[in-house]
Amino acid sequence: MQDFLGLDAVTLARIQFGFTVSFHFIFPSFTIGLASYLAVLNALWLKTRDETYLRLFRYWVKIFAIVFAMGVVSGIVMSYQFGTNWSVFSDKAGPVIGPLMAYEVLTAFFLEAGFLGIMLFGRSKVGEGLHMFATAMVAVGTAISATWILSVNSWMQTPQGFTIGENGQYLPADWMQIIFNPSFPYRLAHALTASYLTTALVVGGVGAWHLLRGRSRNTGVRVMFSMAMWMAAVVAPLQIFIGDQHGLNTLEHQPMKVAAMEGHFESHPDGAPLILFGLPDQDAQTVRYKIEVPKLSSLILTHSWDGALSGLDAVPRDQQPPVAIVFWSFRIMVGLGFLMMGVGLWSLWARWRGTLYDARWLHRLAVVMGPSGFVAVIAGWITTEVGRQPWVIYGHLATADSHSPLDAAAVGTSLIAFVVVYFLLFGSGVAYILRLMSKPPEPREARLKDGAGPMHAAGLGAVHGESSERGTAQ
Amino acid sequence: MLTDLTVIWALLLALSVFIYVVLDGFDLGIGILYPLFPKKKDRDLLMNAVAPVWDGNETWLVLGGGGLMAAFPLAYAVLLPALYPPIIIMLLALVFRGVAFEFRWRASSAFTRRAWDASFFWGSLLAALMQGITLGALLQGIRVEGRAYAGGWWDWLTPFTLLTGVAVACGYALLGTCYLNWKIEGDIQTRVRHLARRLGVATMAFIVAVSLATPFLAGEYYLRWFTWPSMLVAAPVPILLGLIALGFARSLFAQGRDWLPFLLALAMFALCFLGLGLSIWPNVIPPSITIWDAASPHSSQVFMLWGAGIMLPIILGYTAYAYYVFRGKLDPEEGYH
Repeated sequence: MQDFLGLDAVTLARIQFGFTVSFHFIFPSFTIGLASYLAVLNALWLKTRDETYLRLFRYWVKIFAIVFAMGVVSGIVMSYQFGTNWSVFSDKAGPVIGPLMAYEVLTAFFLEAGFLGIMLFGRSKVGEGLHMFATAMVAVGTAISATWILSVNSWMQTPQGFTIGENGQYLPADWMQIIFNPSFPYRLAHALTASYLTTALVVGGVGAWHLLRGRSRNTGVRVMFSMAMWMAAVVAPLQIFIGDQHGLNTLEHQPMKVAAMEGHFESHPDGAPLILFGLPDQDAQTVRYKIEVPKLSSLILTHSWDGALSGLDAVPRDQQPPVAIVFWSFRIMVGLGFLMMGVGLWSLWARWRGTLYDARWLHRLAVVMGPSGFVAVIAGWITTEVGRQPWVIYGHLATADSHSPLDAAAVGTSLIAFVVVYFLLFGSGVAYILRLMSKPPEPREARLKDGAGPMHAAGLGAVHGESSERGTAQ
Repeated sequence: MLTDLTVIWALLLALSVFIYVVLDGFDLGIGILYPLFPKKKDRDLLMNAVAPVWDGNETWLVLGGGGLMAAFPLAYAVLLPALYPPIIIMLLALVFRGVAFEFRWRASSAFTRRAWDASFFWGSLLAALMQGITLGALLQGIRVEGRAYAGGWWDWLTPFTLLTGVAVACGYALLGTCYLNWKIEGDIQTRVRHLARRLGVATMAFIVAVSLATPFLAGEYYLRWFTWPSMLVAAPVPILLGLIALGFARSLFAQGRDWLPFLLALAMFALCFLGLGLSIWPNVIPPSITIWDAASPHSSQVFMLWGAGIMLPIILGYTAYAYYVFRGKLDPEEGYH
């Protein structure tokens, strides 16, 4: 098979899938959390009739719409990419994972899409109650979607409940075992919590940025910062706990992934050290310049100082995942997780001291940490996806045996097209989002004047429809 | 035969694809019409006519892809590599047009707004062309060896597929004008009505051209359409199509009942779709893979049938409700941006 820029078709297909799925997942990891935040804001507005909540809803819903659109279009790409680039995998695993993905479309995508229009455009048409219902359905839809696709991913990591047919297909034997496979509950909890945390950090970062610019009298800014910091304080420690449980589950089912995360090339029958940092050298099968704490890894993973842990030497070289990538992405994720918890705890301290809206160093840290959720989420996915290599269905089907019969040139060209188009279009989207974020949430009167919603006569119509809302709010 | 789950799944999947074609057809069509409406005010209106529903419309495409993988994994695994370039171009085109729905309102200058207008138009046009080419490539047959595609990566590009590509784009533009005729009023409605007449004639010409070319692609199509007795099953399709086309023409010249041309255009699409189905049945990938060759095992079919049986009526229900909420003529002053 010929090469394209020195890369073979399988490598190119892997880069393309990794690139498009990582780019895609950035959007849902934000919309899953943001949809719930919007539902909460709208519910608070209906309950308290405090106009601040409505203002925040309007502020974040515009950002939500942009992120959601980018998530939809990059998601459609994913639903075809299994077939375009991984046709052997699709043919073999289709009977098992296809139905789960069909359920995702039937129970989640339609729900989100069907009610999104009403959530965005329909407040004045359907009334407050149904609008609240639509907003809640969008939030529920995002979570259901995550549930199904994580079930698919988890089955590929910890497959069970199937037999293998004569034609090489994986045939479903027990759907409950397939859906509720061993790593699914952990992965689902970890990914959903990550989405909520990511959203909290973005909202907190935006709030902090406006506080630093002297807008602490804007109640919208204060409320968003305060809500986000509560979320970070509660969810970040919870996430660290869930992550730890997920790690123990991975140790049980995919020990080589954990060995790569830990940088353990050698097995340790009587207590493994925790390697904090070092340079993994897979060729030499060792970690150079390592800083390690004796026995700590065993204590964390087996709850015993002398717990035995197998290293990568337990499997042949060609069954080891690429260690350096997994080792570093894991450290980035964990490091950021602890920093997030730091932000949460600091905010508790500042809140207790009554300086939540004046603690400038906390605000600076919150701004810097604003995008950290996305970095942590992608690092986490790289850890789990690269860590299960060389398998696409763990222990059963190798990645190298799963790809489509395509020329390297075809895959290489499409990869370049994806990279160019995604950076151009989604880069523009991020720029528009940042511009929306750079303005504070204003009362409606001010918003109409500054023309935040460009020119579209839209705002006017909305005011007609919603004058009653404002009436009740006053 | 109707107790055969494979047949039921083939019909359900065909139904999903059809719903996709007509729903996203009209909103892609509106994108294709963009160059004919250079004024910003008109373009705002055109986009707002589909903004609340495009996302739901495109979800049927995801169901088509996901459903094909689930119900006919072999077909999914053969078709997509065979059509790699047009599928990738279509996906990227859908990205271009999808983001335009939001980005266009966020553009800070006339230049960037026009860039998103162009992105909306080219995205819509290319997506429609590639879907038509995909249809043509499927009809002309796909080379398979074992369980994999065995042709080259330019096999999909022939005069016939170009013809089906342009035909589908033209048909989508027709659906777009008919939808606009239903949803908007005033001068611009008069303009789309005129356009719909011309596009109606063009679409009929393309339907005739594709219909004449198809039977000569492969022996089996010819036998099905032009030999007794299978002609008996096939013949009513073109006859009905001709009658509906006449009704469609009349409805465009009559006043009132603005929904009627759209409904009749949908009926024309339905008949074309039926005709295509009659041509390839019982293959899912002509000439050699039947629906039974490609079908998922019984257990997968049953498991999904529960989901589809319960969820599809609910989905159709709330989709209809979403359209109902945004019923009536579009208010040019409205939107959320």
